[in-house]
Amino acid sequence: MPGLSKSELRMTDTTLQEPPATALSPQITFRDFNFYYGKYHALKNVNLDIYRTHVTAFIGPSGCGKSTLLRTMNRMYDLYPDQRAVGELRLDGMDILDKSVDINHLRARVGMVFQKPTPFPMSIYDNIAFGINLQERLSRSDMDDRVEWALKKAALWDEVKAILNQSGMSLSGGQQQRLCIARGIAVKPEVLLLDEPTSALDPISTMRIEELIAELKEEFTIVIVTHNMQQAARISDYTAYMYLGELVEFGVTDQIFIKPQKKQTEDYITGRFG
Amino acid sequence: MDLRLRRKLTNIVALFLSMLAVAFGLFWLFWILIDVFKLGVNAIQLSLFTQMTPPPGSEGGLLNAIVGSLVQVGLATLIGTPFGVLAGVYLAEYGGHTWLGKTTLFINDILLSAPSIVVGLFVYAVYVAQVGHFSAFAGVLALALLVIPVVIRTTENMLVLVPDSLREAVFALGTPKWKVITRVTLRASMAGIVTGILLAVARVSGETAPLLFTALSNQFWTLDLDKPMATLPVTIFKFAMSPFADWQRMAWAGVFLITLGVLGLNILARILFRQKH
Repeated sequence: MPGLSKSELRMTDTTLQEPPATALSPQITFRDFNFYYGKYHALKNVNLDIYRTHVTAFIGPSGCGKSTLLRTMNRMYDLYPDQRAVGELRLDGMDILDKSVDINHLRARVGMVFQKPTPFPMSIYDNIAFGINLQERLSRSDMDDRVEWALKKAALWDEVKAILNQSGMSLSGGQQQRLCIARGIAVKPEVLLLDEPTSALDPISTMRIEELIAELKEEFTIVIVTHNMQQAARISDYTAYMYLGELVEFGVTDQIFIKPQKKQTEDYITGRFG
Repeated sequence: MDLRLRRKLTNIVALFLSMLAVAFGLFWLFWILIDVFKLGVNAIQLSLFTQMTPPPGSEGGLLNAIVGSLVQVGLATLIGTPFGVLAGVYLAEYGGHTWLGKTTLFINDILLSAPSIVVGLFVYAVYVAQVGHFSAFAGVLALALLVIPVVIRTTENMLVLVPDSLREAVFALGTPKWKVITRVTLRASMAGIVTGILLAVARVSGETAPLLFTALSNQFWTLDLDKPMATLPVTIFKFAMSPFADWQRMAWAGVFLITLGVLGLNILARILFRQKH
């Protein structure tokens, strides 16, 4: 993936701006955070704040730990017995790593969308209703409204409103991914984790999902892992550059892309490396 | 050029040898099928389905054997399937990596290939010998023991095929594990599991050996599970071994019916499996 060239960067120099001072509160905080796959030390002393109702992007070369970091926030790693996290990780002050945390409740608050679209083997309607049914009991009409709301939010409603009873697997890849996003926001989480959500999609579907992310950040805190630096530059407010399990640099996206503080970051962004 | 020619020749020789092997296999299969068809179709008549197995030299049918087979295979499937599916779920979703899981899977594979006569003798020893008489229920037990390992294996295989990404996506919504399994992973592999069950049914409906020591056979109509009960395979065995021409004819009819049934089940299994894959 080629990076932005210097001249391109300079052209956008004028857009360099400070983050809005209002409503900047960290929702998720990592302090001296470490992660292990068995004996392998995958994340080293990460300190990071994820800001409420903003988009934070994780970038870095393959294997740098950005997906690993993302998957700690809903404790996805719990599914695999040899993976463990050490340090401090808080969601609005609540210790996420605490063994006594109700993990299903945590995952209802911190939703996730994956790289490959993963529609469930059921109808489009049931794909959305599935998660809602886990958290609350809605009447049929309330459920209809919620499903419609989620599908509209994910910009999928117009395409599927006539075929809600068809299998979710019958949709195209881009539609499936928007279905997954709709499913994720239907349970009204506070944070939405996106793990390379557009890497399996064509440019048009990618564009729609990027537009969607821009809208969703009004209500949700979004963390996105992406291999595509232009994408990170386009859609995120904050960017974290990671390399070999370390958080090399974190800051306002424009800052990171235009005036990175570290040489390593600059090399990666300008395409000299990675 | 020389190299190309050599490759072409090698290709032709390899293709010829594989096609020869296919032809060899199909030859015997078709011979069997044609014989079954020729000798079986001639023996098919309505009375087969309306009358009981006769004494030698008189008119009769296979009704009690057909119904006996349906009852015993049906019950064996009803008993064996839940055990098989549940054990398969355990192996695929819970204990697959543990010592218990690995051992179970290993032993299950041994059971899968164990000669069915061993299972028959086992049921004879632990059940028939204890109650002191042959019974349809003992036959059902023996067949169920043959169904279980097949269903365990297919269930486990099909569940393992469900991608972890799908599993993670369900967990990511905050779904408890039992719901992940019942609502999504089992559903995603349903076609494969049903196929496995159908193949297990096809397999046991032709079993003879395990029934010889358990259900034995019965000349007369019965639905009493505590009595010996006729089945198609055992009746075929008995009739085909006999010196009576009319019994032998009926044996062929029985063979034809079983072949048709198993063929039907296999085709059904394939159709079901293809719909999803």
